[in-house]
Amino acid sequence: MATMTIAKAITSGLRAVLADDPKTLIMGEDIGKLGGVYRVTEGLQAEFGADRVVDTPLAESGILGTAIGLSFRGYRPICEIQFDGFVFPAFNQITTQLAKIRSRSSGMLSAPVVIRIPYGGGIGSIEHHSESPEALFAHTAGLRIITPSNPHDAYWMTQQAVACQDPVIIFEPKRRYWLKGEVDTESAGRDAFSAQVVREGTDVTIVAYGPLVPVALAAAEAAQEDGNSVEVIDLRSISPIDFDTVTASVEKTGRLIVTHEAPTFGGIGGEIAARVAERAFLSMEAPVLRVGGFHMPYPLAKVEEQYLPDIDRLLEALDRSLAY
Amino acid sequence: MGAEHLPASEFDIEELEQSLVTSDPADAPPLVQLMAPDGSLREDTKYGHYAAHLDGEALRAMYRDMALVRRFDQEATALQRQGQLLLWPPLLGQEAAQIGSGTALQAQDYVFPTYREHGVALTRGLELSKVLRLFRGVSNGGWDPRESNFHLYTLVLAAQSLHAVGYAMGVQRDGDDAVTVAYFGDGASSEGDVHESMVFAASNQSPVVFFCQNNHWAISVPTEVQSRIPLSNRASGYGFPGVRVDGNDVVAVHAVTRWALERARSGKGPVLIEAFTYRMSAHTTADDPTKYRELAEEEKWRERDPLLRLERYLRSTNTAGQDFFDQIAAEADKLAASTRADVLAMEAPDFEDHFANVYAEPHPLIREELEWHRQYQAGFAEETAGQAEGEAR
Ligand SMILES: Cc1ncc(C[n+]2csc(CCOP(=O)(O)OP(=O)(O)O)c2C)c(N)n1
Ligand SMILES: [Mg+2]
Repeated sequence: MATMTIAKAITSGLRAVLADDPKTLIMGEDIGKLGGVYRVTEGLQAEFGADRVVDTPLAESGILGTAIGLSFRGYRPICEIQFDGFVFPAFNQITTQLAKIRSRSSGMLSAPVVIRIPYGGGIGSIEHHSESPEALFAHTAGLRIITPSNPHDAYWMTQQAVACQDPVIIFEPKRRYWLKGEVDTESAGRDAFSAQVVREGTDVTIVAYGPLVPVALAAAEAAQEDGNSVEVIDLRSISPIDFDTVTASVEKTGRLIVTHEAPTFGGIGGEIAARVAERAFLSMEAPVLRVGGFHMPYPLAKVEEQYLPDIDRLLEALDRSLAY
Repeated sequence: MGAEHLPASEFDIEELEQSLVTSDPADAPPLVQLMAPDGSLREDTKYGHYAAHLDGEALRAMYRDMALVRRFDQEATALQRQGQLLLWPPLLGQEAAQIGSGTALQAQDYVFPTYREHGVALTRGLELSKVLRLFRGVSNGGWDPRESNFHLYTLVLAAQSLHAVGYAMGVQRDGDDAVTVAYFGDGASSEGDVHESMVFAASNQSPVVFFCQNNHWAISVPTEVQSRIPLSNRASGYGFPGVRVDGNDVVAVHAVTRWALERARSGKGPVLIEAFTYRMSAHTTADDPTKYRELAEEEKWRERDPLLRLERYLRSTNTAGQDFFDQIAAEADKLAASTRADVLAMEAPDFEDHFANVYAEPHPLIREELEWHRQYQAGFAEETAGQAEGEAR
């Protein structure tokens, strides 16, 4: 057991994979000497050398495209994208190449590239630094997408992503980088592509992931004071989604709220709502409700709290759900 | 294997190597310089006459612009430190590159900046505090680009370089005589968008000037990671001229930019200018350069400070005396004070306004979400009113 922040847990996870497999390498902008703008790779270049922790030329398509080529040669590149809003120059490589190569080659080739993307808002930043583009990637078959919400998961999911034979995008909740917690360095406990019930309850289920898991837990705590028992699920994996865990919970509570920072329209919440309706319709006491961002570009920092789901918005949805 | 493999080479690969090397990375191209760091003037038969019109008054005006924007920059940095701005990218050290190029433009020319072109903004007549709206988090734009022909800042590196070319293509179709200028950095020069913009510009012979400020750093990454040859040399690969100019020499920058603009205006197509300069401060206020670069390097470049250079010239030639510098300093302090006042007076944005310009035409989802948001907020208002009533009783 060790106590660390999410950022340091990722650093430790990266250190472990670099030490474990000489074919792993990290590529990105400002990740070497500087250790990344969030210092997640701090110290790794000094420890493993500039050919294992590589400051690339400044081009995201270049980073992803060459990472794919490296993977064809047997390497395991771990790419850092500096901010959520800057992944798009690489979108072509990720969606048309990385995601499809296994299928195109009838399984002969695979590209086990890992992409780390700090994402989400609440950090009071300027535009392109607070976005949640996970749905844009989740819509593409061939990509696995995970998002840890605590240091233990950050440590293990990073390593599990590298071990996976498929491409994996890790969305890292940047506003929680400094969140501290216990990491069991002996055992992961579960695989990266499963959901976890992080609080048990009987009246309503809230599904959250990444930065909103602590918010959902706080809302559940507040609801408890009003006599409502809320079950909270940390989704952890956005693609695939662990529908068994979600459905089992809804079969118990009969009510479901899904929350994410990304806009609700076309988002992960809609997918969950539809699947759960298909699987557990007869157990449901209320329609699935979504609490998420609005259909607008991410708003200005000064008013971002009106955009981001918070305890009040979750409690309001809870009231609506219970009122059915 | 179907194909017969050739035997391993018995040739000496070094044989042709020497004749192939067209430019040694260590070998800098001639740097266009019209004013040396000590303030003395240099002859230049190619570009010199593009600066011939710069008399004492013009040089004093350039100094004024450089001093004003430096003071503005300093105030913005202070405002950020005091929590009044979210972030600030200082231009310190790049004043000559920006004022020199900006003053070469004509009114109809159109500029596509990155996020650090505060000096160019000044030359376009933009009220500088408007630039701070973005960094205070009250706007994602901050000004009407059509008024100053100075486009909004673009934070996604290199995206604007293609816009500059497209705008220039429009100028061509209109038979107009405007030129566009695409600003970008040494780091951004690696992005595909920059390369594609050069391909399009060359293909169309568009009136665009690519103005790359090579300030030696892309956050923590030195320029050598981006290019083994001087960036200006890349232009020839696309089929247009590239020039490396001393970016800390406002006169040379002005002259070279003026030449490039006139050339483009006369229908001869694009030019790449590499302004060889230095980011004397941090990348942004969130950055700590001590983590990745040597103080000695910063010292070396301080010697080449663009303002100091022009000041040396102005003083040594008696083009300006102490009175002038005192007057500029006072004016700069006034600008700093008004900038501060403007920032503190900036109205907080209204969240509801964010629904307003997502689309030009009515959109049902926007209407629905706005309605929901209003009702949700009204719920709080009722609650507070109820509480207040309760307390009053
Ligand atoms: C597409 C994209 N990738 C990454 C970033 C993050 N980023 C912002 S500035 C910067 C370095 C830019 O260096 P350079 O182009 O030399 O310009 P300078 O900051 O030196 O003016 C990086 C990596 C970004 N804004 N956009
Ligand atoms: Mg630079």
